[in-house]
Amino acid sequence: MPPLVQMEQITVEFPGVKALDKVSFTLERGEVHILLGENGAGKSTLMKVLSGVYKATAGRISVEGQEVSFAGTKEAKAAGINIVHQELNLIPYLSVAENIFLGREPQANGVVLWKRLYQEAQDILNRLGVDLPAKAILRDLSVAQQQMVEIAKCVSQNSKVIIFDEPTSSLTDKEIDALFSMIGDLKCQGVGIVYISHRFDEIKRIGDRATILRDGRYIDTVSVADTSVDAMIQMMVGRELNEMFPKVEAEIGEVVFEARDFCTKDKLSHCSLSIRRGEIVGLAGLMGAGRTEFARAIVGADPVTSGEVYLNGERLRIHSPQDAVRQGIGLLPEDRKHHGLVLGMSVTENITLASLKKTMAGGVLRPKNEASFAQKYCDALRIKTPHLKQKVQFLSGGNQQKVVIGKWLMTEGKVLIFDEPTRGIDVAAKAEIYRIMGELAQNGMAILMISSELPEVLGMSDRIVVMCGGTVAGEMGRAQATQEKIMQLATGGA
Amino acid sequence: MKKLKNISNTIVVLAALVVLCIALACASPYFATGSNLINIVLQAAINATLACGMTFVILTGGIDLSVGSIVAFAGILLGTMLKSGMPLAVALIGCVLAGGVCGLVNGLLVTRLNLPPFISTLGMMSIARGAALYIADGRAISGFSGKLNFIGSGTVLGIPVMILIMAVTFLIGIFILKYTRAGRYIYAIGGNVEATRLSGINTGRYTMLVYILCGLTSGLAAVLLTARLDSAQPVAGEGYELDAIAATVIGGTSLSGGEGRLSGTIIGALIIAVLNNGLNLLNVSSYIQQIVIGLVIVLAVSFDRIRSK
Repeated sequence: MPPLVQMEQITVEFPGVKALDKVSFTLERGEVHILLGENGAGKSTLMKVLSGVYKATAGRISVEGQEVSFAGTKEAKAAGINIVHQELNLIPYLSVAENIFLGREPQANGVVLWKRLYQEAQDILNRLGVDLPAKAILRDLSVAQQQMVEIAKCVSQNSKVIIFDEPTSSLTDKEIDALFSMIGDLKCQGVGIVYISHRFDEIKRIGDRATILRDGRYIDTVSVADTSVDAMIQMMVGRELNEMFPKVEAEIGEVVFEARDFCTKDKLSHCSLSIRRGEIVGLAGLMGAGRTEFARAIVGADPVTSGEVYLNGERLRIHSPQDAVRQGIGLLPEDRKHHGLVLGMSVTENITLASLKKTMAGGVLRPKNEASFAQKYCDALRIKTPHLKQKVQFLSGGNQQKVVIGKWLMTEGKVLIFDEPTRGIDVAAKAEIYRIMGELAQNGMAILMISSELPEVLGMSDRIVVMCGGTVAGEMGRAQATQEKIMQLATGGA
Repeated sequence: MKKLKNISNTIVVLAALVVLCIALACASPYFATGSNLINIVLQAAINATLACGMTFVILTGGIDLSVGSIVAFAGILLGTMLKSGMPLAVALIGCVLAGGVCGLVNGLLVTRLNLPPFISTLGMMSIARGAALYIADGRAISGFSGKLNFIGSGTVLGIPVMILIMAVTFLIGIFILKYTRAGRYIYAIGGNVEATRLSGINTGRYTMLVYILCGLTSGLAAVLLTARLDSAQPVAGEGYELDAIAATVIGGTSLSGGEGRLSGTIIGALIIAVLNNGLNLLNVSSYIQQIVIGLVIVLAVSFDRIRSK
């Protein structure tokens, strides 16, 4: 029997870039095939070719032995190939059920059968173990819940091939478990799964085979069970990675930053934490525990009903991010693209945005000064960009994050809050971000790091504060912390 | 197509203007005469001045539908003030400031009440028009005994004053966008308002600023129009908002904000004026002219879209 999908010698060229160079890939029925590679390695491009988004410049694709050439996603869908995107492609004002069945609503004589629509959608949700009413309006849901809807939509389409592009980046452990058991069911039904992820614990858990790409080229296909994580990482980055978390020992001083008794109308109740000089405090918790809300409240991005911020023992008045930035507190948001960067602006303009005043002379902006500041941070942070005028939207995730860091370093603040600093960033860039954070702490910066990845929290933090249900559930020192203890606090279990 | 990407929008629009001028010069012997060319720029001056303020608003991702009505309102105030014997300078400044106040109200509605710019300025469009008609009792005001002649038809070193005023407006605008923090923040707000706010920038203040600027240029356009007609009319300026938006968009400014240049806008206004003038010379009916302008808007924006892919 021919393989379910066979892609041979696929080449994709964009103006000036060869995104894929003679890459081959096969997918069997009932296997979970992991695609591994750093950001920009070509994983998403390869899958966009398979799902009909891009057309390959050269190469052959066959599905079940039949050579195909998709002119668009519609044709790929008709052939049973569906993709669960990293970015959500759902309609915010429609219900969950309407989204799942968009364009395929059960009808009789041109009239939508609403009862059946909701019933069938609810069945799918229940089968996936998703605790959601089919009538809920999408925009009222959390990102994780929306992600599950997106997955439900794909599952409901009788797919032969389902491509998951980092599906778990915003899911809780429980949701991940549900997703994986669903993937298991799909496997049994002979569906081929392509799974793109950076999380090795997941890869080890569900992967059968893994294909590794690097810089648009095919490196190898290996059996996941027989290959060590280190070996896979090495193939991805093409060099040895000595240590993932280069924890730099920083001298920890007195308390510099304190947030006391933060409450908001609906989300936070009596949250407090403190950070000492040179300390990295990890803020752990499940999705929806209120970590991001706490961070946003601290910098004045959202209204609060109570809450005080102290810097070096002095009470700060923070009513807006403007106040926070002026007094040396910066937030690197979770959603880089939508909250952290102005994507259409250049590397220089993004780095100088929060401290333009420093580049001015004689009351006007001086492009030369701006460029030299930008160059300084590009060098210090090793930001890879063809030139300083490059729009940040064309940089890789890791470099984008470094641009955000550069922006905050330029403000010369005293406290930085990193919200999910390494989400969607490849392994090598992650290690660099960790190194940068370590160095900042060493230089006396107080750092709060929100993270959903426990190894990251354990590896980077000097102290860990755990949130649960909108309040601080407890904290522990680096030495005492374990994954189990954190999870216990995060889930509210005694 | 690949190479086109590297050329700036402004150059493309400029090239289109030049090609258009050459074509019209070939088609009509009257087109490329000095007096006709100056006439074209004069015709463009009012629209260009409005489009200057409009570009600021559109760069933040907003829109201002009220500029045409503000022209009428501020113009009527100017006429009334002149008739009541106020000194010329006071009346002129009052007229421009009146535009600015209308803009301030727009800005307050957008930033304080969080109304969509479309709605706020739609309201202002009706309010300003109604106010103009009410103050003037629906009639035109004229008979300024030549006080506005210098602005309407005077020259300095051979250059019409109207054109000079427009040019200075643009130079100030370009300076603001290029060399001040406000200018940078305006682009940043249009590109991503939340990222800008989290970077510690008072986005409300700068959003307010663009509406005030747009109101001020509307007031200035009212001065130019009243001077050129030597009469203030409460029905003046109808549809001007659409011409200003057209000039901005033809000039390459993105309606979603964050991208665009004033140099493009001025060329956009010139393209519209050249088209009107050239088609007039060629005896094309004014109805057909509207169709042509419409096609140009659609073509300019689709070309932009294709290029940016």
